[in-house]
Amino acid sequence: MSERRIRVLLAKPGLDGHDRGAKVVAHALKEAGMEVIYTGLHQTVPSIVKQAMQEGVDVIGLSIMSGAHVPICRKLMSMVKKEGIGDVLVLVGGVIPNKDIPILNDLGVKGTFPGGTRFEEITAFIKENVRH
Amino acid sequence: MGVATYIKDEKDAIKEVILQSGIKVKPVYTPEDLERVGFNYREDLGDPGEFPFTRSIHPLGYRSRNWTTRQYTGFGTPEQTNERFKLMISHGQTGLNVAFDLPTQMGYDSDDAMAEGEVGRVGMAVDSLRDFEIAFRDIRLNKIGSGLTINAVASIMLAMYQSVAEKFGYRKEEISATPQNDILKEMVGRGAWIYPVQAAVRLIGDTIEYSMRALPRCSPVSVCGYHIRESGCTPVQEISYAFEIAFAYIDEVVRRGYEAKDFVGGFTFNLNIFGNLWETVAKFRAARKLWAKLLRERYGVQDKKALFLRGIFGGGGSGMTKQQPENNIMRGAYYALAAALSGGQTTALCSFDEAYTIPTERAALLSLRTFQILMDEIGLRDTIDPLAGSYFMETLTKEMEEKILEEMEKVEKIGGMVEAVASGYVQREVSKQAYEYEKKLQEGKVIKVGVNKYTEGVDMEVELHEYNEAWARQQIDRLKELKKTRDGQSVKGSLKALERAAKEKKNVMPLLVDCCKDYTTVGEMANVFRDVFGEHKEPSIF
Repeated sequence: MSERRIRVLLAKPGLDGHDRGAKVVAHALKEAGMEVIYTGLHQTVPSIVKQAMQEGVDVIGLSIMSGAHVPICRKLMSMVKKEGIGDVLVLVGGVIPNKDIPILNDLGVKGTFPGGTRFEEITAFIKENVRH
Repeated sequence: MGVATYIKDEKDAIKEVILQSGIKVKPVYTPEDLERVGFNYREDLGDPGEFPFTRSIHPLGYRSRNWTTRQYTGFGTPEQTNERFKLMISHGQTGLNVAFDLPTQMGYDSDDAMAEGEVGRVGMAVDSLRDFEIAFRDIRLNKIGSGLTINAVASIMLAMYQSVAEKFGYRKEEISATPQNDILKEMVGRGAWIYPVQAAVRLIGDTIEYSMRALPRCSPVSVCGYHIRESGCTPVQEISYAFEIAFAYIDEVVRRGYEAKDFVGGFTFNLNIFGNLWETVAKFRAARKLWAKLLRERYGVQDKKALFLRGIFGGGGSGMTKQQPENNIMRGAYYALAAALSGGQTTALCSFDEAYTIPTERAALLSLRTFQILMDEIGLRDTIDPLAGSYFMETLTKEMEEKILEEMEKVEKIGGMVEAVASGYVQREVSKQAYEYEKKLQEGKVIKVGVNKYTEGVDMEVELHEYNEAWARQQIDRLKELKKTRDGQSVKGSLKALERAAKEKKNVMPLLVDCCKDYTTVGEMANVFRDVFGEHKEPSIF
């Protein structure tokens, strides 16, 4: 019996439109055998959570370059819990200074992947940490 | 990041060099190469300032005119931006390059729910003319030209710039603004789009048509290969897509009954510099020549000045790395050298901390000093197009030219750039290239110092430009105050007139100027367009 493929929602929250990173990771996750749903740009946190629920994803990956990663993640994590999908693995990529990584972890973001992270690191992390 | 692919033997000797554009570089070039590519001085180069302008658009190059330097500046409140503008000018900067925050770029006022957490973050917040009055206070708008990094609402911001200049007592005929105003590249790369493709291109047509009559010293469009390159395309694709975008805007205005010769001289280009030095210089030489040739062939443009490929060559953001950030100071210097060897008129350099954030004061000044050292100490003003006549450079320039034409043909087969963007063709091509490049980097097939070679294990932290929540509050307070004190009836009337023009497909520019002078907000004007035009939907590319 074949294993169910891991479903990932890749999202670009907020107004920032730099999506090179998100698209490159989308290619990489697909090549690693995952199903990738890309939200496109300018998403609000409620619309991301709604799509995550509708699509029944295992992972939400946020790509943030604007520097607003902390307020966005705070909002998303509280909403994810409220909607009862707190077991979804939440990851963040983009321009993330090192000093902010512990803050994001405290909020419940499991993995932080600054620009330039190796693809296998991301895919291995997802496979290890996704709900089984 | 743009470096070539090197194939080496077991002794680390280079067997093959493949440029990002797919051209193979030979170990040595001779007169036979020039013969092979059919090089001819008169046809392929011409003297500087003479058709096809491969060498330079000016007969005396940097001898007659130094670079215009325009570091990207703007953050927080208009007050802070004004201070930074003055600082950069006092240090010898000769033009401005205005950064707007994301809510402004996306047509939201600072008090809009969509603006939360973003007010003043990546540029200055502009809600109304009041903000421009503060930001441009004491700047001589008849002497200093301004690049405005704004696209979806460029029409609004150009009207705002005219309004502030007139408020300060300048005539609109003497001001020089270059709004970026290139929405097609936003849809491919930078992502700050609002309206659907057709409506967005129409707004650009309005700004071009209006500038012809009312703003003769403004360059209404700056076509940006830059951001498409940042998004992952090759140097050849950068030029091909930029030209196809420019043609889409030209065609929009030609459809209104004008001739290209009457307005195309106002077009400028924003093109990228990073990666392989030779490929970069050849790219610009080929681009200058092709632009002149194509305008002549396709649109019958004869006037010399209208054939110039003018623009800002610089930046190089994708070349900068987060790892070992101080290396970016050196990279920047070499990119600036490439810009000088390429003959750009205006330049800006990404600062060394820009892989993290908008530049700190110290970093922005270092970039400015880099240009000053090159021009005043090293000798780059001595002679024009110093690489001309090199067997290698001339061969490469011819090869780049051919490749650019090949890529252009692919877009034209789809029906031009509007179609190619609406269908997602270009976005797909670019993201594919970005992925392939990233894979090569991770596999070590292309080398980036400090990233996949000569790494130091620990990342150095740089001093970051800090964001302050108080800026947003200050901005929102000012907006509230404005809405209380302005003439509400007049604003209503101006917005109604704007809506009518938008619906009736009249040129919206004069009405936007009326709106701005009434202190109508950017969000109010942008929402009129949202209601009339709707919003862009991204084509699915996965």
